[in-house]
Amino acid sequence: MDSADDSAPEPRHLASTVDQAMKILIVGAFGVGKTTLVESVSEIAPLRTEETITRASAGVDDLAGIEGKTSTTVAMDFGRITLNSRMALYLFGAPGQRRFWDLWEGLVTGAIGLLVVVDTRRLEDSFDVLDQLDLRGLPFAVAVNHFPDSAGHDDADLRDALDLLPETPLVHLDARSRDSSTQALIALVQYAARLKAQEKVA
Amino acid sequence: MSGPGRGPVRPYVLTGGRARPRHRLSVETLLETVDAGGAGLPVTAGRHEQMLWRLCRHRLSVAETAAHLDLPVSVVTILACDLIEAGHLTTRSQAPQVELPDLDTLQEVLDGLRRRLSA
Ligand SMILES: Nc1nc2c(ncn2[C@@H]2O[C@H](COP(=O)(O)OP(=O)(O)OP(=O)(O)O)[C@@H](O)[C@H]2O)c(=O)[nH]1
Ligand SMILES: [Mg+2]
Repeated sequence: MDSADDSAPEPRHLASTVDQAMKILIVGAFGVGKTTLVESVSEIAPLRTEETITRASAGVDDLAGIEGKTSTTVAMDFGRITLNSRMALYLFGAPGQRRFWDLWEGLVTGAIGLLVVVDTRRLEDSFDVLDQLDLRGLPFAVAVNHFPDSAGHDDADLRDALDLLPETPLVHLDARSRDSSTQALIALVQYAARLKAQEKVA
Repeated sequence: MSGPGRGPVRPYVLTGGRARPRHRLSVETLLETVDAGGAGLPVTAGRHEQMLWRLCRHRLSVAETAAHLDLPVSVVTILACDLIEAGHLTTRSQAPQVELPDLDTLQEVLDGLRRRLSA
């Protein structure tokens, strides 16, 4: 191999039989455990890349008052799971703050859906994200991440506080556990499959 | 584009002044080099194009190449489009659909995820 030119470690390529790439977005407020989740399920060491979002700013978020075009650079981290000999699943962790919503727009095309990670110690941080998903009609499931000092909450209370539709999946998560994180992804994909099946009969 | 590309260079320079890709590439689109054993890129190709071409000797997503090359996704997308147009690179997965993936595909994803759960 003639790769002596690069100091970076040789990347882990996909098998040459993989010809379908799926993706799920992991979104949520600051510090809720997005990166931890990606890390616990990914078969590769999580990677990080940047995306630039450019849009006409019109008094949004902390850019309020600045006119004209603005560019924001967003760091996304992501991981990969090879599901079978021909299919790979990519997980992209994206920040949930308002100024990053334009990034989702670009990312979400073709996605199975979004997993919204929520920290019950700061539930209100998730309201914005959830409102936005409802508005855009994107399929999502909510994963409640538990921290040592999280108070116990009733699912019904959580649903109430987050104003979730009865059909929106709500799962409990330990983002550090591969099984727990995988279960959360399964809940989302099952929900997407239910939506797809309904679409058919409708 | 044949600049030496040393040190920090603005995306605008890296991409030969173009701002918009001409192929539908998404972050998860899989790329692979065409004729990896062949002569390689013309000497006029830029350093980052060379690196991208070498990186894709085996299948890799756009996002992965961006991370490994330490370039923004938007820049890699434009470089990849150039290489695709010139016949040096090709996509190995379908362009993303606007609709939800179909049921069979979702079932395959579920099966794959369930296999990863410890018994
Ligand atoms: N106890 C516990 N700690 C967690 C869990 N998930 C994440 N953490 C910790 O919470 C902190 C934040 O987690 P990150 O995964 O970095 O969160 P993030 O959402 O990626 O954060 P930003 O990218 O900065 O928005 C880290 O110190 C994690 O170790 C969890 O399920 N349980
Ligand atoms: Mg993070």
